[in-house]
Amino acid sequence: MAHLPLPEAQLIDQYGPHLNYEPPGGWHAGGPPDRLVKTHCCFCGIQCGIQLKVKDEKVVGFEPWTDFPVNEGKLCPKGVKRYLQNNHPDRILAPLLRTKRGFEQFPWEDALSLVAGNMRRIQKAYGKDAFAILSGASMTNEKSYLMGKFARVALGTANIDYNGRLCMVSAGAGNKMAFGMDRAANPWSDIPLAQCIIVTGSNVGECFPILTDYLWRARDNGAKLIVIDPRMTPIARTADLFLPVRPGRDSALMNGILHVLVERGWIDQAFIDAHTTGFEQVLETVKAYPPQRTAEITGVPAASIVRAAELWAEAERSMLMHARGIEHHTKGVENVLSCINLVLATGRIGRPGCGYGTITGQGNGQGGREHGQRCNQLPGGRDIENPQHRQEIATFWGVEESELPQKGLTAVELFNAINDGTIKGLLSISFNPLVSLPDAALTRAALEKLEFYAVIEPFMSETARHADVILAGSLQEEDEGTVTNGEGRVIRLRQSVKPPGDARVDWDIIIDLAQRLGKGEFFPYTKTEDIFQELCRASAGAPIDYSGISYAKIEHNMGVFWPCPAPDHPGTPRLFEGGVFAHPDGKARFHVIEYRPPAEDIDAEYPLFMTSGRVVSQYLSGTQTRRIGPLVDQYPGPQVEMHPQLATQLGVKNGEIVRVESRRGELTLPALVVKTIRPDTIFIPYHWPGDQSANRVTNRALDPISKIPEFKVCAVRVTKATPPVVPLIRVVPFNGHGAAKGEQVQ
Amino acid sequence: MEFFVDPSRCIGCQACAQACAECDSHRGISMIHLDFVDRSSSPQTTPTVCMHCDDPTCARVCPADAIKQTAEGVVQSALKPRCVGCSNCVLACPFGVPRYIPALDQMMKCDMCYDRTSAGLKPMCATVCPSGALYYGSRETIVQMRREQPTNTFVFGRRVVTTKVSLMVSANTSALEVDIASFLPSPEDPSAGNNPQQVAA
Repeated sequence: MAHLPLPEAQLIDQYGPHLNYEPPGGWHAGGPPDRLVKTHCCFCGIQCGIQLKVKDEKVVGFEPWTDFPVNEGKLCPKGVKRYLQNNHPDRILAPLLRTKRGFEQFPWEDALSLVAGNMRRIQKAYGKDAFAILSGASMTNEKSYLMGKFARVALGTANIDYNGRLCMVSAGAGNKMAFGMDRAANPWSDIPLAQCIIVTGSNVGECFPILTDYLWRARDNGAKLIVIDPRMTPIARTADLFLPVRPGRDSALMNGILHVLVERGWIDQAFIDAHTTGFEQVLETVKAYPPQRTAEITGVPAASIVRAAELWAEAERSMLMHARGIEHHTKGVENVLSCINLVLATGRIGRPGCGYGTITGQGNGQGGREHGQRCNQLPGGRDIENPQHRQEIATFWGVEESELPQKGLTAVELFNAINDGTIKGLLSISFNPLVSLPDAALTRAALEKLEFYAVIEPFMSETARHADVILAGSLQEEDEGTVTNGEGRVIRLRQSVKPPGDARVDWDIIIDLAQRLGKGEFFPYTKTEDIFQELCRASAGAPIDYSGISYAKIEHNMGVFWPCPAPDHPGTPRLFEGGVFAHPDGKARFHVIEYRPPAEDIDAEYPLFMTSGRVVSQYLSGTQTRRIGPLVDQYPGPQVEMHPQLATQLGVKNGEIVRVESRRGELTLPALVVKTIRPDTIFIPYHWPGDQSANRVTNRALDPISKIPEFKVCAVRVTKATPPVVPLIRVVPFNGHGAAKGEQVQ
Repeated sequence: MEFFVDPSRCIGCQACAQACAECDSHRGISMIHLDFVDRSSSPQTTPTVCMHCDDPTCARVCPADAIKQTAEGVVQSALKPRCVGCSNCVLACPFGVPRYIPALDQMMKCDMCYDRTSAGLKPMCATVCPSGALYYGSRETIVQMRREQPTNTFVFGRRVVTTKVSLMVSANTSALEVDIASFLPSPEDPSAGNNPQQVAA
């Protein structure tokens, strides 16, 4: 059923991605805007405040929102140009139905009935769990809550998961294991107070540009910056100490630094004794990681390992921050826990300028993982396998506990189940797995096996091309609700314009589907605030407590940090003050981390590490940003970063085409020869689909705890492509005059 | 309020260039550009804005007298009715700022967001810059806030250029040598190099 209805080129011709360069009416459409709407960027986990200019009920530009405390008007290029996604020619304006002639517009009533009918049919034929839901961590808290409730109550399927499974779940799992709570421990305003900062596995300058300002402010105050990364990124360039770690060796490096701290007596034994458990075993483990051995494993000079320990020890206040670079591994949770060991051993948490946190990559990476759209979780961060938690939510929702499904499959496992025929039907929203999952060939094969596939999206993503029905959903600026940014601040998105044409806000579509499934009584919402109030009540007394938050409170305070358990509670910007952690005994947990190699290490056949990541002008699978002309011009397509030593060895010059092969697939791209990457490693950004997809070669192997795939390291071989092929990218220098509106990129 | 540039903080994101193109007076065209120092060796980039020279070379060499300075010292783009598109300004500017735009047959360049700054707003690029590489505010504030110090004196050989925009440099730098000729013996005094202090004296 889910083979492409038309050749891909024809689908691209009809639905894009095309490039939008100008606001509606062109650059010089006259007059001031009708209104400015204070809202937030639709991209990464910083969730910068921004004002969207609206004229004639269309978004026509932006104005910085300098009063919003997180970014004070600052924006990255994606934030600046995000308004160009509105009024985009690719926008899906009505439900689309797959026919033999391609996709055709279809009335809403018929589309919704068709989707609900297929849900019922598949569940009746194959069982409840044969229909799955995949949702996204860029969605509002309201939608995240709604999707979880829809899956468990309206559909009764265990199989709902979200694309945060490809993002921060290793950090979330590690946080919960060590601290008993999954949230960054500090507000970002603590960063400038630190005297030493370790940033590991995070290309801050390109992935979270606003945070560079926080780091610079810390350095203005004299802080030392240590950056750990296989690539010299823009922030690594400025570091006091740069540790160019070999991919997949992060936990060994942290053990090595802790070894030096222990050996020199630079740990905080009083804090360890009073506020933690399990240090004795860690102490024994790190004895086996002296600098020289650590250097041999990690590729980082022994002297640099010692220097990192010295810089960390000299500081009284320090912060450790990480992102996907250490989390996207089959031992992502272990990497995270090894970082936390370092923080706990030195007692650097729960004080101003002392803390720890992951930097969330998706727009609602934090809130998206809190309200029950994960396969193992119920609202408020409750555990779906905990009988008490199940009963609490069953009672709250007014259903029998026995009716609630048990834990389902995670995102990658879910595609494995589609591929092996266990799951027959799928509804996805805000998720583009064909680009974002590893081993894209397997993902496509799985999609082609689905009996029925429905999608809620505002644009035709690469995955949506395989759908039977596409329900025309909404962009962020067309809806309202809340998101929770990377520091745990719940903020308010305001509707700027209504969805165009016959498109509808996503939550309303879900409610309509629930009604058609005979469960409308459980979804009695008429506005997003109704959903928010319910999710807050649902979280009362839970690990993630929003019960004291309201829209009005968020507006008044420019955001509220959870936990906020009562209306008169001010919220909690800094966690674990006084060394009180969220485990029942109030103590944090050390974990023994013994280094083990990545799932696929290099060998004679595939002798190079490949790692993947972002560029500053693109966001995730590019469904939105690959449609915005000025952002595409800034970095038109993926390139293979390699060191000159490797390039010389391969006989490749800058710009020449190379073939990258792994055990799963291959791709052919131009080389970008730079001295800013380890000679044994190549880097490819992952935002592009098809022949340009880095995920043609990445590894589906999963972390055993978080089930996150190992995007950040696999083994490849690289050869100069012969005969030369035509470059796959169209390079348009950014000069303010882009290509014509509607020019195609592929 | 003054404008300060700190290339050492630039992360190459191009938010400045993308935002510049959103200014109402020149929407769709960016008047700031970003340069890679050498991408093969480093991710170091630098944003290039007009430095708004006190005695602007671009205006001096303009045969059509098309480049004007405001009373506040902001050097403007070439006046459309006067600009003859000769690119003398492009060639003459010591900072490489003016751009001749063939589609408009006109030189355009950063005017420090005159439309915004004259209305009490900050320039668009300095407002959005996420890394603090571009800053618009009081000299007292930035001096207090940062370890680097502002300088607006540039030495091109024997010529000293002072500007309205300042670069942030290490604290003991009073002027920036940007021409190797400054380090060569002087014809008048072969025993001495033309260091900035000598030139200024």
